[in-house]
Amino acid sequence: MMVLVAYDVNTETKAGRGRLRHVAKLCENRGQRVQNSVFECLVDPAQWVELRQALVGVIAEDTDSLRFYFLGKNWKRRVEHVGAKPGYDPQGPMIV
Amino acid sequence: MKQLLNTLFVTTQGAYLSKKGDTVVVNVEHKPVLRVPVHNIGSIICFGNVMCSPFLMGLCGKQNVTLSFLTENGRFLARVHGPVNGNVLLRKEQFRRSDDLNASARIAQTMVTAKIANSRIVLLRHLRDSCSIEGVNIIRNAVENMMEHLQTLQDECSLDTVRGVEGMAANAYFDCFDHLMTANKDAFVFATRSRRPPLDNVNALLSFVYTLLVRDVESALESAGLDPAVGFLHRDRPGRPSLALDVMEELRAYLADRFVLSLINRQQVRPSGFTRTESGAVMMDDQTRKALLVAWQKRKQEEIMHPFLKEKISLGLLPHAQAMLLARYLRGELEGYPPFLWR
Repeated sequence: MMVLVAYDVNTETKAGRGRLRHVAKLCENRGQRVQNSVFECLVDPAQWVELRQALVGVIAEDTDSLRFYFLGKNWKRRVEHVGAKPGYDPQGPMIV
Repeated sequence: MKQLLNTLFVTTQGAYLSKKGDTVVVNVEHKPVLRVPVHNIGSIICFGNVMCSPFLMGLCGKQNVTLSFLTENGRFLARVHGPVNGNVLLRKEQFRRSDDLNASARIAQTMVTAKIANSRIVLLRHLRDSCSIEGVNIIRNAVENMMEHLQTLQDECSLDTVRGVEGMAANAYFDCFDHLMTANKDAFVFATRSRRPPLDNVNALLSFVYTLLVRDVESALESAGLDPAVGFLHRDRPGRPSLALDVMEELRAYLADRFVLSLINRQQVRPSGFTRTESGAVMMDDQTRKALLVAWQKRKQEEIMHPFLKEKISLGLLPHAQAMLLARYLRGELEGYPPFLWR
């Protein structure tokens, strides 16, 4: 299934900037960065539980927020891209 | 059923693959052009001058991602292989059956039956779909000839008989293969099967697609816990993936031959995409190879109802399904090995 992960991490403090980097790294390992703090992650349910748990563990719930959008299996119908940096399709032919 | 994971093909010469976190990064001229999480990839296939960091090789081994290196023209060179996984007891049973000629013959018989039946259907389909008069009688003869071979295989026979029948049926099939191509007839001529090197355009396409398919079958067998090198129909030979070749027999006509035929007949490949070298070998150019890989990936995502499992699976998972059924048969959970019969 495809999950869209968007996050807002408060970077006023040094710890906050650390959390931002940590959250970004977790997302990068599991998905594709489509915008600055927006990731598309193609995961199976087990991988999702793992990723969610890790993300929730990192953020500080009083200042930061996470938002997950579940696009399901037929996610291709629900996504449209306009403009620069089109990204790749993780299920399409991957030829470099 | 297992999910069909994507295959990453790297055809850019001089590309460098590295690991970053849990992702695979493809660098071209020191700039990252693609970064993919490793859990979305089932295999990586590198063509020609593509380098790979040792850490990425380690990651692929750990995550069970098949990493293969091929020459620019698609001839297999090497594969990176993680720790051996799967069940020893299953593998030992496979070895015992392979040493037992009678047991081997029984498995080989079902596989060859499926192979002949599937290639026969390729011919029958052509008779049904195309209205050209040319070659119809030759194809009809071959179809009947193959029916006789199928009847020979109905009774119990020795391994040598199975091999003989397989060879004769393959000859009958390839004798009329030329008539199955309807577009660009002067450029795509098929006289006989030639390999190492392929001597005409059609053989170049067939060889390339067979290489891709045998890699898929190999990794499927490995993930089912079987040893791809120990076969039943094909005997052991160092460096030869005999069992993969065995299982491939029943998939050849359906997955590879028909794919090549539709590439040619739908004019997805052009005669200008092939060059002949001095030695007579035929090579594809980069563009043709890319078009072929895109079409192959698309085809693998098509879904069919598996005739034995009665489950909807994508064509790319067909090797996995067959490997799993073969493992079940060897474990004694099934009475016989159910080969893939296309209908």
